[in-house]
Amino acid sequence: MPDTTLPPRSTRPQRGPDLSEQAQDRTLIIACGALAREIGSVIGRNGLSHLSLRCLPATLHNTPEKIPEAVREAVRAARGNYGRVVVGYADCGTGGLLDKVCAEEGVERIPGPHCYAFYSGNKAFETAGDDDMTSFYLTDFLVRQFDTLVIKSLGLDRHPELRDMYFGNYEKVVYLAQTQNAELDRAAELAAEKLGLAYERRQVGLGDLEHFITEVN
Amino acid sequence: MADEDEDIVLSELDDAELVQQMHDDLYDGLKEEIEEAVNILLERGWAPYDILTQALVEGMRIVGIDFRDGILFVPEVLLSANAMKAGMFILRPLLVETGAPKVGKMVIGTVKGDIHDIGKNLVGMMMEGAGFEVIDLGINNPVENYLDALEEHKPEILGMSALLTTTMPYMKVVVDTMKEKGIRDDYIVMVGGAPLNEEFADAVGADAYCRDAAVTVEMAKELIARRHNQLGSSD
Repeated sequence: MPDTTLPPRSTRPQRGPDLSEQAQDRTLIIACGALAREIGSVIGRNGLSHLSLRCLPATLHNTPEKIPEAVREAVRAARGNYGRVVVGYADCGTGGLLDKVCAEEGVERIPGPHCYAFYSGNKAFETAGDDDMTSFYLTDFLVRQFDTLVIKSLGLDRHPELRDMYFGNYEKVVYLAQTQNAELDRAAELAAEKLGLAYERRQVGLGDLEHFITEVN
Repeated sequence: MADEDEDIVLSELDDAELVQQMHDDLYDGLKEEIEEAVNILLERGWAPYDILTQALVEGMRIVGIDFRDGILFVPEVLLSANAMKAGMFILRPLLVETGAPKVGKMVIGTVKGDIHDIGKNLVGMMMEGAGFEVIDLGINNPVENYLDALEEHKPEILGMSALLTTTMPYMKVVVDTMKEKGIRDDYIVMVGGAPLNEEFADAVGADAYCRDAAVTVEMAKELIARRHNQLGSSD
């Protein structure tokens, strides 16, 4: 029987196989599913035909400790087909572990701690600091998926009495809007109501995300 | 054959069955049932400390294991915690009266810029259940709050919590300030929070990274015992 024991995982960036010229010119963005629509729109609008997008499930955010290895696996799987791979994730609650994986795999990720930071612009987000401490952020994606990713995943559909344990220290919902969409505005306002919080809308667009994608070679 | 849906009358259970039922009720987050069962055991002459440890803490230990193993999730753990809190509310004044054993003292708080306290509250409750006196500083604590509390309460342990990647580095500010003031080694520093890890705890100069409330309790006991041994051997 063949020995199926795997050797210890090396931390050395893996060198990809020799690629065809065509493959060498292609870049894959491995991104969070929460950014799929937005990254896709940047690629389409700017005619960035050398970029491909592969998204991992947005639900990974419920277990951020699993994000780094999921990204590593996707990066390694892409090596044979793409000249370059970049990562469309912020730190996303991985506490620096995603950066470690990116360094080990020799890939770059979009800077910033969270998607709501790079949507706001990382500098602006940092400057706001404690002023926004009691804000619960929504993006277009989170407004669309609010009931699934917030209400259901926190169990508030089954146990609404837990609401204040989760959100009692927050004061307002801040909707960081990527687009102008009256339907999403209404849904975001309703989300704030469900959480018992005040509501504020900020039109931020794609912030630093657009620049990151358009600069990818 | 007994009807499985038949209501269980807690007062009709013997002590062992009742304690077992309390573990199940804690698991299911049944606050009122826990309150009722605590009162029944008190009426039967149980010592508050025994109810706390054998029924509540043991029940939450089981909840902690199933949370760690991915069988229970945060909402269920919060319901269990609520049920335990209700039981503790009845027992707390009685524990003070009866002079239950104290294992040590902990000052705990969420760091500056961070308002998240679910994990911290769970840790505080489990530590209290394990016999620690817990001084909870709440959320958004600048370094001064921690230092003042250390000075005032003289605990063995300082616990810091953070949920955000952007706020967790503040733990280093606290530890570095303690070093500057020459008091770092007077305390056991324990840190926790979703984005933290062992490596981060080492980097900020903490004594321990605590993955969850159950781990925190075990580690706190171990570190305090180790500390006592060190003090003993230096005599």
